[in-house]
Amino acid sequence: MHELAITQSMLDLALEQAKKNNAIRIQKVSVTIGEMSGVVDECVRFYFEILSEGTIAEGAELAIHSIPATARCRQCETRFEVHGMDWICPMCGKAQIEIVGGKELYLESIEVEDED
Amino acid sequence: MKIKVLKNILSANDQRAQENHELFDGHKICAINITASPGAGKTSTIMAAIRALKGEIGIGVIEGDISSSIDAEAVSKEGIPAVQINTGGACHLDATMLSNAFDSLPLAEIDLLFIENVGNLICPASFALGEHKKVLIASVPEGDDKPYKYPVMFNQSDLVILNKIDLLPYVKFDRQRFIDAVRGLNKNATIIEISCTTGEGIERWLEWLATTIDDSRE
Repeated sequence: MHELAITQSMLDLALEQAKKNNAIRIQKVSVTIGEMSGVVDECVRFYFEILSEGTIAEGAELAIHSIPATARCRQCETRFEVHGMDWICPMCGKAQIEIVGGKELYLESIEVEDED
Repeated sequence: MKIKVLKNILSANDQRAQENHELFDGHKICAINITASPGAGKTSTIMAAIRALKGEIGIGVIEGDISSSIDAEAVSKEGIPAVQINTGGACHLDATMLSNAFDSLPLAEIDLLFIENVGNLICPASFALGEHKKVLIASVPEGDDKPYKYPVMFNQSDLVILNKIDLLPYVKFDRQRFIDAVRGLNKNATIIEISCTTGEGIERWLEWLATTIDDSRE
C-alpha cells in the first residue's frame, strides 16, 4: 500500500531530473529496490503505469534492480544472504547480525529523449 | 541520453523529516515515534506515561492510526492536547502529514510529543518523521518470533518494549528467545518489559523517557 506513495516520489524525482535536462520524453527509469525495503516490485510497476499516465514518463520502461537481504555476522564476520526468516550465520551458527544490504531504495538513472 | 541520478526515492520525505526535526529542536520538543502491530498496546503505554508525567512536563499526542485508537476522550480528560491525523487509509505516517498537524498543537507548551504511528510493522519503517527516537511495542500474545518477521523495524528501533508480560504464564512465549532475537538484530536497542495492566515495568519506561528528553536537549 505504501508503494503508491513511494512510486509517486520516484516518478516526481524522475520528472524533476528530466525537466532539469530539458527532456521531452522519458524512455526508461531504472530503480534499485532492496529486498528488505518493504517495497514490492509488482506494486511499483502497477502504480507506475497509472501514475505516469499523461506525463512525459508515460510508456517508459521500468527497470527494477533487486538487491538481496544481506547480513554480516557479528561473531565471525561472515557475510551471507538471508532467505526467509533464517538469520542464522551459516558459518558459526550464531544469530547476531548487522544488516548490510537490502534496505536500498533509490532512483539509479533515467534515459531521456531531449529537444534536439 | 542516460542521466545518472542515484538519489534516494524518499529524499523528499527525508528532507521534510529534517525540517520537522529542526522545528522540534527549536521548540525543545522531544519527539517519540511509536510503532507496533495493532493491539500491542500503543495507546495503553502512552496513557501510562501521560498519567505519570502530566503536570510535571508538557505532553502532546499525534495520533496517526487509520481508525482512532487513542481514546480522544480519555486523552482530553487528562488535559493533553491530541491531534488525529487522517491518513486516508494509508498504512504509515509520512513527514508531510506530520507537519500538517503542527498547527493544531500548542508547540511552545510541549516537552514530550508522542507520535502514534499506524499499527503495522512494515510500512512505517520506510518513512522518517523527524523524531528523536523510535519505540517499538511488541506484546506477548503476538509470539516470540516477531523480530525475525519484521527485522527492519526491530533493527532500527531505539527502544523495544515487550508489553503484556502479565500474560507470560498463560501464553506460549519464550521470553529469552524474544530477547535474543531482538539483540541479534539490534545490539544497541534498550529492551523494557512491562505490563500496562499490572503496572509492572512502567517505571523503567518512565526512566527511559526522562533520559531521552534530557538527551534531546543536549
